[in-house]
Amino acid sequence: MLTLIGVLIVVIGFALRINPLLVVAVAGIATGVAGGLDPVSIVSEFGRAFTENRYISLVWLTLPVIGLLERAGLKERAQHLISRIHGATAGRVLLLYLALRQFTASIGLNALGGQAQMVRPLIAPMAEAAAETRYGDLPDATRYLIRAHAAGVDNLGAFFGEDIFLAMGSVLLIKGFLEQNGIVLQPLAIAVWAIPTALAVFVIHGIRLMLLDRHLKKQFSGDQT
Amino acid sequence: MIHLEFVYILAGLVFCTVAILEWLDRSNSQRYRKLLFWGIYGITFLFGAVLPSFVTGCLVIVMVLMTGMKDLKRSEVSSVSEAQRRTSAQRLGNKLFIPALLIPLVTFTGTLTLDRVRLHGIPLVASSEVTLVSLGLSVIVALVAALTLLQQRPVDSLHEGRRLMTSVGTVVVLPQLLAALGALFAAAGVGGVVAGIVNHVIPVNFTFGVVIAYAVGMALFTIIMGNAFAAFPVMTAGIGLPLLVHLHGGNPAIVGAIGMLSGYCGTLMTPMAANFNIVPAALLELPDRNGVIKAQIPTGILLLIVNIFLMYLLAFRF
Repeated sequence: MLTLIGVLIVVIGFALRINPLLVVAVAGIATGVAGGLDPVSIVSEFGRAFTENRYISLVWLTLPVIGLLERAGLKERAQHLISRIHGATAGRVLLLYLALRQFTASIGLNALGGQAQMVRPLIAPMAEAAAETRYGDLPDATRYLIRAHAAGVDNLGAFFGEDIFLAMGSVLLIKGFLEQNGIVLQPLAIAVWAIPTALAVFVIHGIRLMLLDRHLKKQFSGDQT
Repeated sequence: MIHLEFVYILAGLVFCTVAILEWLDRSNSQRYRKLLFWGIYGITFLFGAVLPSFVTGCLVIVMVLMTGMKDLKRSEVSSVSEAQRRTSAQRLGNKLFIPALLIPLVTFTGTLTLDRVRLHGIPLVASSEVTLVSLGLSVIVALVAALTLLQQRPVDSLHEGRRLMTSVGTVVVLPQLLAALGALFAAAGVGGVVAGIVNHVIPVNFTFGVVIAYAVGMALFTIIMGNAFAAFPVMTAGIGLPLLVHLHGGNPAIVGAIGMLSGYCGTLMTPMAANFNIVPAALLELPDRNGVIKAQIPTGILLLIVNIFLMYLLAFRF
């Protein structure tokens, strides 16, 4: 039970809003100590895993390019395009992106998206602009809400699209795990069962996005009267 | 042969550049701490392959200590005004989208082709590394396109890179640190303890109850670990296989697939999945670190319920 101390530290540290880096480092060391590892192996394991997972951070490489494009007016251009499309709303822009992201991820095009590459420079500004075109200048809280939904849509589309693709990590992990336990299956036999959930995601989140539109409409048409 | 290590070195150079720019800016507060934070981060990328794990571990701890109890203060990095950006957007028009779209397009085409190109019988890029190498390549292509097509200045890309990276802040290393925490959890046997607790509380003979325990267990364990892939082997070995598949005769493909997706519901709801939830909040400059999670929680919970019913209705019928 003592090995769960790291989990407790993370929960408390995150709840108290202490610097997350410090919380995670302390939780790691505490878990190692509770698990009976000696200090040198704790630090070594930390270093080894940190190096091995450098790939997660490669997405930051895109930031100098994205920053440069933002400087040249990428966001403004994206907003301009959206403002000319009649009938565009924040919810509809995000719903279209959700559909595209789910579809492309399901055929293995997981690279066509991402928080740094797509959401920050294009999707979030477009959704914001769609609401702005309708309701004029938005209060900050509304901007943040729309942006949070833009990030959520990218995650949902990627998570619940990629599972349908045969060569994806998750399908291969399931296949590999079952194989080790004497159950041999083709990737397709596993991947098809991700389809019902993928459809449910689109329906549930689609309804939520339409509700977001209604919420915005109510909030701002109420203001005008 | 293009190695993934080259891309890491490129990233290391970018982080070191941020470190130097942070230090050179005299109006910047805490500039020495920032120099060390970004500099050490860069070094772990540049020399990750050759440094002993213990040394990297020590460096990472020093880097974390540089951020202190309250995290580093935000750097104020100036950029062009909104009016200037509008004028520029009008002048450049839709050409602006070309470099932005080149990033996903080159990553995608590279992923499909680069591991099939052979020089003297050796693949140009190892197939296990092809996506990440293509991502690195796509950034270079997009940068060249931005510099030539849009006539931007190279020095501005460094400046803007610093602006964006420091606006995300020290959260940039959080996903990697959490992965390291996951490794320590695994080394200390946290998974077994959690599976033991879940096993202790479930009604073994009641099919629907076991389905709930497995799906909710996947989600909860993912919330703790931040990663459904870490939860899957533990929960499936503990509940999915012995109880759902062997005892109750469930279809292993359905149990496995929907079990994994139940874990993904957990991913939507946890700050431990920092690269999906916390990093975007920083990227989009949300004041609430949990803003993205809050937007996802209702979908996450509803979806978990749907998954429970899907598994119960499908796994014992097909």
